[in-house]
Amino acid sequence: MENTMTLTLKVWRQNGPTETGRFETYKVDDISPDMSFLEMFDVLNESLINSGEEPIEVASDCREGICGTCGCMINGRAHGPEKATATCQLHMRKFKDGDTIVVEPWQAASFPVIKDLVVDRSPLDRIIEAGGYITVPTGSAPDANLIPVPKDAADTAFDAAACIGCGACVAACPNSAAQLFTSAKVQHLNLLPQGQAERWSRTEDMVETMEEYFGSCTNHGECHEACPKEIPLDFIAYTNRDYVKSKRKNRKLLGQIS
Amino acid sequence: MIGELRSRTPDGPIDEKWESHKFNMKLVNPANKRKFEIIVVGTGLAGASAAATLGELGYKVKAFTYHDSPRRAHSIAAQGGINGAKNYQNDGDSVHRLFYDTVKGGDYRSRESNVHRLAEVSLNIIDQCVGQGVPFAREYGGLLDNRSFGGAQVSRTFYARGQTGQQLLLGAYSALMRQVSAGTVELHTRSEMLDLIVHEGTAQGIVVRDLITGDIRSHTAHAVVLATGGYGNVYYLSTNAMMCNVTAGWRAHRRGALFANPCYTQIHPTCIPASDEFQSKLTLMSESLRNDGRIWVPREHDEVRSASDVPNIDRYYYLEEKYPSFGNLVPRDVASRNAKTVVDQGLGVGDLKNGVYLDFADAIARDGEDSIRERYGNLFQMYERITGEDPYKTPMRIYPATHYTMGGMWVDYELMSNVPGLFVVGEANFSDHGANRLGASALMQGLADGYFVLPYTIGNYLAPLLGQDPLSENDATCGNVVNEVAERTQKWLSINGTRSVDWFHRELGKLVWNYIGMERDKNGLEKALSEIPALREEFQKDVRVLGSGDSLNSSLEKVGRVADFFELAELKARDALEREESCGGHFRTESQTPEGEALRDDENFAHVAAWEWGGSSDTSILHKEELEFEHVPLTQRSYK
Ligand SMILES: Cc1cc2nc3c(=O)[nH]c(=O)nc-3n(C[C@H](O)[C@H](O)[C@H](O)COP(=O)(O)OP(=O)(O)OC[C@H]3O[C@@H](n4cnc5c(N)ncnc54)[C@H](O)[C@@H]3O)c2cc1C
Ligand code: SF4
Ligand code: FES
Repeated sequence: MENTMTLTLKVWRQNGPTETGRFETYKVDDISPDMSFLEMFDVLNESLINSGEEPIEVASDCREGICGTCGCMINGRAHGPEKATATCQLHMRKFKDGDTIVVEPWQAASFPVIKDLVVDRSPLDRIIEAGGYITVPTGSAPDANLIPVPKDAADTAFDAAACIGCGACVAACPNSAAQLFTSAKVQHLNLLPQGQAERWSRTEDMVETMEEYFGSCTNHGECHEACPKEIPLDFIAYTNRDYVKSKRKNRKLLGQIS
Repeated sequence: MIGELRSRTPDGPIDEKWESHKFNMKLVNPANKRKFEIIVVGTGLAGASAAATLGELGYKVKAFTYHDSPRRAHSIAAQGGINGAKNYQNDGDSVHRLFYDTVKGGDYRSRESNVHRLAEVSLNIIDQCVGQGVPFAREYGGLLDNRSFGGAQVSRTFYARGQTGQQLLLGAYSALMRQVSAGTVELHTRSEMLDLIVHEGTAQGIVVRDLITGDIRSHTAHAVVLATGGYGNVYYLSTNAMMCNVTAGWRAHRRGALFANPCYTQIHPTCIPASDEFQSKLTLMSESLRNDGRIWVPREHDEVRSASDVPNIDRYYYLEEKYPSFGNLVPRDVASRNAKTVVDQGLGVGDLKNGVYLDFADAIARDGEDSIRERYGNLFQMYERITGEDPYKTPMRIYPATHYTMGGMWVDYELMSNVPGLFVVGEANFSDHGANRLGASALMQGLADGYFVLPYTIGNYLAPLLGQDPLSENDATCGNVVNEVAERTQKWLSINGTRSVDWFHRELGKLVWNYIGMERDKNGLEKALSEIPALREEFQKDVRVLGSGDSLNSSLEKVGRVADFFELAELKARDALEREESCGGHFRTESQTPEGEALRDDENFAHVAAWEWGGSSDTSILHKEELEFEHVPLTQRSYK
């Protein structure tokens, strides 16, 4: 085929969480610009298997930019060079014949490497478990149109709800903070009328669980740059505001202050 | 051999069956619920909603997923919307109409009673999701917006931009995590079910491999629920996520559960065509695009002009010409088959001549680029990212791809398989869509099963078991199944052949697509039945799985899944061969009307084909559940 590329890949290989890792260099030929970045990895892995070498573990599932399974540091950037694009949606036409591409796993103490490019992001689930829900047992919800939601509020909540939980924001942050993820999750629910009853406990619980696992935010904004869904930084401000309020409100609810 | 298949459909008028059945079923009293343990495999829409609801009710639930988080299940990728017969638009919708449309849309191959129940609970689903904070689209007044989807005559589809599945799954996942936090659900991520434990004739547990440590062990419970999704990846290329597979269901099948209608597959008409041999999956372009895009191919085989230079007279708007009243909005199966016909005639477009145009030029001229951007901006962007082409300037290229599987594990009215104690929900069962699924109905069915049906019906099975402990994990049955799984795993690692798992999966996919794809005939199906087993033998001798079984090893995960796809593929061919009629997504070229439309044979085939494993892949035994249509008269579909 015409227009195909030859590339050099420097890929992080690590056998397990406690093993030491290293970069390995591989050459791949005949890469078509229409391939996705992960299809390029498929080609490389197939050739590794053919030559008797264990394939590189690299996570993905939907390959449509929505499940949040994929994600690596590509030339030092979370999800690579294309803005608002998850690793699986990056295509090889963004690279040039002869390029060298460095590929590493997410780097954050709270995301230990499982193998090669695959990390453990389960602390994100712990934040949800702490309060990322509205308590509405099955069958107990009122008619869906009973509570009108102003379109602006619905749209803003949606912008927050678009987060795919990939963890790129953490990987991109110099402090490995999870503020963008957490605030997206908090605000999705805090902005809706349905989310008001638990607003203050949710905010406090989720933010404090986040702090148990992740570093603190010093407003670099790298998270937003890396985010495949371009989650706005505003949500962090809203969450900080809600958090401060929640401290007072929750103490009031507990009767500690009047 | 199992006996007669009983659907256990309750008596009474169709619109009272569910209500009266709920009353007649045995209840487990609240204090006793915690004495029952339930395993739920799968945490997509169906599994997460089921596990969360069972946990809320007080059962002790163990939920399993091979994903690292429940939020990653394939349900996340659904774009278009979810149906609900709310009639908020006052356009004449009703439970009865949704019921009617679904039975008819399924080409009369589903069970009326199940479909009616689905339409009834669709109302509660929408309430539940809104209560959880699912941000459905709204009107300026703050009330919910709806659209008409997939050619429906009423606007009953609720949607959340182009990511309805993600928003619904986030809702179910949050409900699930609330129960994890409450301690009623024990969540096991990165844990893959590799076998079912059947003891004294009932399902009592599963064998699971920890994907990180490779540890293989059993888990037992009073009942097992499979919510493990569809088997579309038997085609290799499909719109399904890469890891979707049939293993949980197939292993249950090998332990005695019937597999129903494996030949029913939905091929979605609007996907981005493959670009080369290494294409790993296909991406769906939402069906809604057909509302404004016009589908055409050049009339000439060797057309070299770019799309915009081809004058109208040289364009073949084949759907508009053949189906003047429905035009580009004909149902999915009709649109798909017609695209195949023109591409097979050599009229395809693109470098590989493997697509047809979906052209927005007229819509842009009529409504302006801005309004098209507002309607489809996200989709156009996604298309451009994947193909590098700008659909505002050149028409999209699309081609059909496997999308959804209507077949699955046979279940009765209570969603229980023929193996007592084994329940199956969501896409993994065969129940509600007949031979063809309507758009926006899979999300509805998954959540209906998980939130509103299974949590009731499972009690009817459990109530008499009060006082019994779950099977001990030290029981010999558990040990035996664990050993079998461990041996299978070891076997794959020791073959050390010459070709990768993906290579075999791709080759299998080609056979399945060519012979059991959009059009099937006797000759091709017989070929499939000789070529698939031949390839399978080669696979068993020559597959190469490197690495070990005691750490993350995705080739090892895949090899077991592909092995099960091989056996399923054979059954699929056999089922398609046996069904000598065309219906919905199953088109037998021998059975068509003079105009080339699918021709049903209600006299001989108005039944569910439920297959029993016979000990090897060529000895499956067919059981039939006859279908009766009392409320929706059988008619031949026509879209002219
Ligand atoms: C691109 C796309 C768009 C779609 N759009 C729509 C739409 O607009 N409207 C609509 O109604 N439908 C749509 N569908 C269909 C719909 O999304 C699916 O049918 C539905 O979401 C399936 O849900 P589920 O819960 O049954 O299975 P899934 O969401 O597939 O979940 C399966 C679960 O089972 C787990 N699992 C599977 N096997 C095992 C195992 N052996 N061990 C442990 N865990 C296991 C997985 O980890 C996962 O958690 C779409 C489908 C696709 C592919
Ligand atoms: S905020 Fe963005 S980068 Fe962070 S997890 Fe969500 S989608 Fe990923
Ligand atoms: S694989 Fe799902 S977001 Fe990339």
